Amino acid sequence: MKKETTLNAGLMLLLLAIPVAAWFMDEPFLVTLTTRAVVFAIAGVGLNFALGFGGLVSFGHAVFFGLGGYAMGILAHHAQTYTPLMEWPFVIDGSNSMLVIWPVAIVISALAALAIGALSLRTTGVYFIMITLAFGQMFFYFMISWSAYGGEDGLSIYVRNGFPGLNTMDPFQFFVICYVLLALVLFAVHRAAHSSFGLMLRAARQNEDRVQAVGQIPYRLYLIAFMVSGAITGLAGALFADLNRFVSPTMLSWHTSGEIMIFVILGGVGRVFGPVAGAALFILLEHSLGGLSEYWHVYLGAILLGVVLFARGGLFGLLAGLEVAHD
Amino acid sequence: MSWVLLIEQTLNGLQFGVMLFLMAAGLTLIFGVMGLINLVHGSLYMIGAFAAAVVAAASGSFLLALAASLAAAAVAGILVEVTVIRKLYDRDHLDQVLATFALILIFSEGTRWVFGSFPLFLDPPDYLSGTVFLPFGIEYSRYRLSLIVIGLAVAAGLFWMIAKTRIGIRIRAGENDREMIGALGVDITLLYTLVFALGAALAGFAGALIGAIQSVQVGMGEPVLILAFVVVVIGGIGSIKGALIGAILVGLTDTLGSFLLPKLFSLILAPSAATSVGSSLASMSIYVLMAGVLLVRPKGLFGGA
Repeated sequence: MKKETTLNAGLMLLLLAIPVAAWFMDEPFLVTLTTRAVVFAIAGVGLNFALGFGGLVSFGHAVFFGLGGYAMGILAHHAQTYTPLMEWPFVIDGSNSMLVIWPVAIVISALAALAIGALSLRTTGVYFIMITLAFGQMFFYFMISWSAYGGEDGLSIYVRNGFPGLNTMDPFQFFVICYVLLALVLFAVHRAAHSSFGLMLRAARQNEDRVQAVGQIPYRLYLIAFMVSGAITGLAGALFADLNRFVSPTMLSWHTSGEIMIFVILGGVGRVFGPVAGAALFILLEHSLGGLSEYWHVYLGAILLGVVLFARGGLFGLLAGLEVAHD
Repeated sequence: MSWVLLIEQTLNGLQFGVMLFLMAAGLTLIFGVMGLINLVHGSLYMIGAFAAAVVAAASGSFLLALAASLAAAAVAGILVEVTVIRKLYDRDHLDQVLATFALILIFSEGTRWVFGSFPLFLDPPDYLSGTVFLPFGIEYSRYRLSLIVIGLAVAAGLFWMIAKTRIGIRIRAGENDREMIGALGVDITLLYTLVFALGAALAGFAGALIGAIQSVQVGMGEPVLILAFVVVVIGGIGSIKGALIGAILVGLTDTLGSFLLPKLFSLILAPSAATSVGSSLASMSIYVLMAGVLLVRPKGLFGGA
């Protein structure tokens, strides 16, 4: 346990040190790359809450990532075209303030997670994996055919949304925003995982009957976990869209769901900081292998296969031992 | 709306459904017998289509191309089963999803590496091109009609095999109790490889048949894979009968949905809005169907255990 704490701290310091160094060396690309890793880490932490603690293998988390992205895209699109989002029954204007966009992204993703979870959690095992995948595809095809917001081409936002007191177009300042959010999310997840709710959730994953016997309803625990998980991933989606100043249905595709899962697995399932390590490793691989060959997904596939077959605890399992992963 | 058009669309839906069945049958068998979620199935479909396109271009024979698709997909299936999949049977579903997702990345990018990003072309043979005249003055593509016949014939063969032959009995026994048939002296490793190869061959065959009406390209297997999963889930995991009924339901819902829904909305909305709303809803219709089925029967239509 001690070893893991050191590892967590080291990881967070490293994620902070790289952009600071890059900022001093005037390498904005490196700052943006780290920001990408940080945003992916938030998405992974979100999925890990359902997958790692609740054992809910959701293959549709791209829905929440994409909804967060589209919440940002649609609000900012209306703000930049000066058109109201809705005129009836009352006027709602677009917005280009992150302080408005984030809560909207979180609430919309949480509501979507409530709806999807309420239906999907009636099933278990493979059926659950497949139904979440199917819901993901449903949203994907819906956004593709919804031409009002760009359809297949997506939406471009010309200026990154604002945050009071900061210049968000500056890569380093935007990085700081994402980094602080990651830290807050990690803190909240850590607290939740050690709260009575988190203990019950993990207990339900291990033995549903016993949890039921002590008077808890596993379905309700799972549903809350799924909602929290979706909300966090939705926030990551809004940040990702802001990072690229672009949203497209690709954010909703099942490859995105797979990639978010990869962050969790590469890092180590069920560890609060696991997805952070996983996302950082993913970006490192993407960057270094992407330089090697245009077809770097072949190598990524091989590495992922190796991790699944031979290194089950992921990076954390290798470095900090397996005791937490198999609690 | 003319009835002829409606019947044509129904036939299209049936054709789509029957092809989905070829994919779904393998998936449901592999899941039923080995308990494995196999995302690689879409890659095997793609391999079948590429093998067929290459052989057809070299030899000019469509039958040879079909044989090549069966062989290539079966060989690829056996290769994958022996090297990777075998290690996954005892793992949880998460590991299976990730490992097979990794295999998709390898196969897709590997194929792009070898063949490039441009689609290959595979044409139906002359004797299957053109149209046929059906009763009531309906004109229909000869190739698509052949697909329906071939698909139904394969389905009948599969039902016969599962019900009547020794290997079929073993497959059913494997679905009921894996350990017991191992204990009774059946070479379970060989049985698993066989089932996987059979599923792979069917997927490759479907890839080649569909490749002749669509283009043969990297990533062609993924939409079909997901639809095949929807079929398996609707039909109930492990049930071949469920896969057939689910496949035809999905095929009809998809085709008729995108045909009828825009027309339905044009009764109440302006034409352009009706087209966009109708087509958005149509693309979601199969997933709505699946959610509906699972709400009523969480284990699918024919899912027992």
